[in-house]
Amino acid sequence: MDLRDLYQDIILDHGQHPRNFRKQEQPSHFANGHNPLCGDRVTVYVTLDGDRIRDVSFQGRGCAISQASASLMTEILKGKTLAEAEALFAGFRAKVTGGEAPPTPAPLEDDMERLEPLTGVKSYPARVKCATLAWHAFEAALKNGATGATVKTE
Amino acid sequence: MTHISPLRTPAAASFDPRAVKRDFPIFERHPRLVFLDSGASAQKPAVVIDGIAEFYRSDYANIHRGVYHLSARSTELYEAARERARRFLNAGDAAEIVFVRGATEAINLVANSWGASFLAPGDEVVITELEHHANIVPWQLLRDRVGFTLKVAPVDATGGLDLAAFEALLGRRTKLVAVTHLANATGALLPVAAIVRLAHAKGAKVLIDGCQAAPRMPVDVRALDCDFYTFSGHKTYGPTGIGVLYARKAILDTMPPWQGGGDMILNVTFEQTTFQDPPARFEAGTPDISGAIGLAVALDYIDGLGREAILAHEMALTAYGVDRLSRLPGVHIVGAGQQRYAILSLNVDGIHPHDLATILDQHHIAVRAGHHCAQPLVDKIGFGATTRASLGIYNDESDIDALAEAIVAAQKMFKR
Repeated sequence: MDLRDLYQDIILDHGQHPRNFRKQEQPSHFANGHNPLCGDRVTVYVTLDGDRIRDVSFQGRGCAISQASASLMTEILKGKTLAEAEALFAGFRAKVTGGEAPPTPAPLEDDMERLEPLTGVKSYPARVKCATLAWHAFEAALKNGATGATVKTE
Repeated sequence: MTHISPLRTPAAASFDPRAVKRDFPIFERHPRLVFLDSGASAQKPAVVIDGIAEFYRSDYANIHRGVYHLSARSTELYEAARERARRFLNAGDAAEIVFVRGATEAINLVANSWGASFLAPGDEVVITELEHHANIVPWQLLRDRVGFTLKVAPVDATGGLDLAAFEALLGRRTKLVAVTHLANATGALLPVAAIVRLAHAKGAKVLIDGCQAAPRMPVDVRALDCDFYTFSGHKTYGPTGIGVLYARKAILDTMPPWQGGGDMILNVTFEQTTFQDPPARFEAGTPDISGAIGLAVALDYIDGLGREAILAHEMALTAYGVDRLSRLPGVHIVGAGQQRYAILSLNVDGIHPHDLATILDQHHIAVRAGHHCAQPLVDKIGFGATTRASLGIYNDESDIDALAEAIVAAQKMFKR
């Protein structure tokens, strides 16, 4: 596999210039993601408006894959409903782990398309967790509210 | 018979890493492999692989049990391996050599047997910031049970141990000093002889984690005058699952068993059991017999090359690596004090170590990325993660060149 499939321009761009890289002072939900194997850390902040994601942002440090994945995730999730977010994570997780992807609802197809550059990690088993770290933190935030829970990728 | 090849005794000047490399079958299977991760675990020479297989084919039975010929033979080889390990460390008595799974188990043994018996609330144990997790966590676990104080001696600005700060931590309450001989994350050598002197002056015992030192320099536990010394077989070109704990006999004799089972007892009744003398007291159950025998072959192998010669080779290669890599713009080698040994821990501007390691892997270069099981140190001086290239006896300048070229390729890829 060509390394350029893993490090596509979009990944390098988001890795070096992450979007929505900021702390929210009063998020309705937030959680920390930690990959103990490699030390990558990310904190995902979510503000819900009913069941719609009004704002989502993150801070953290780690490799280009983990930072780009978090950045792309925040761009895509903003304005989505919780059900849509859940469907996107399920689809994304299946794609990066090489599992069977559930059918993507038609309105989310463009968003799944945007996550496509990250699916190169499926050829690099040691790096899959880098790509899913922010999503796990997002999921943990929704489950635990503003308690600042920590989820590990192991 | 287990066949051990005759010792080779090349002079330092004739040390030939290309010839050494031919002794390691992994490089036949992976001709393009640039293996720079011996600090995590070293590759195995054919004599070790074949020695283990030959032992299982020809001499295997359980030890210390059977009266039959094979068991006696197996026991003889196992005890010969103990004697080999004694010689490797220049210990005075083979009874001072306990076989363990690795250095991690050795340190846990000392903590749970000696530490649990002789440490009390109010006592102090001193470690350093340069330790591997294996020489941090067992002491934290024991501290939480016993209630002593764990003190950490800091590194200085160059990344070496701050010996003055270390000395200042010692006091009459210090009962144990547990330090690495050679820091696995950075390659910094600790002044262990001075550490032992200072600690003994306060009446403290000293444990040295020799995992990184044992494969690359002569170690003499009697000259060091340390109380405990440990190393892992798999880092000394031997098998996994075996390691050595040296403990001074007078101390070992006072230590209670930490695991119970067969082979460590003299007499068992349901009311009371009496235990073997060391080292058997600390080797409950069937040990890793083939591991010990494989380790002995590995120690023969590296002493055949000569640890002075290995050290000279690796020091020269380390210097070449520092020179070669520090010329690359944007590459920063993490400090290792006054002298660096065989480990190049580095950061590259704008490229996270995990991304770099993935790219290096595409160039068939094996390195470690992350905190190297020395998280507190790497958090302090390496920004949370580094890329670590660690050298072994089969590496030469071409491996460093390949690393340098691949780093430049990674920089090109990440430059936008």
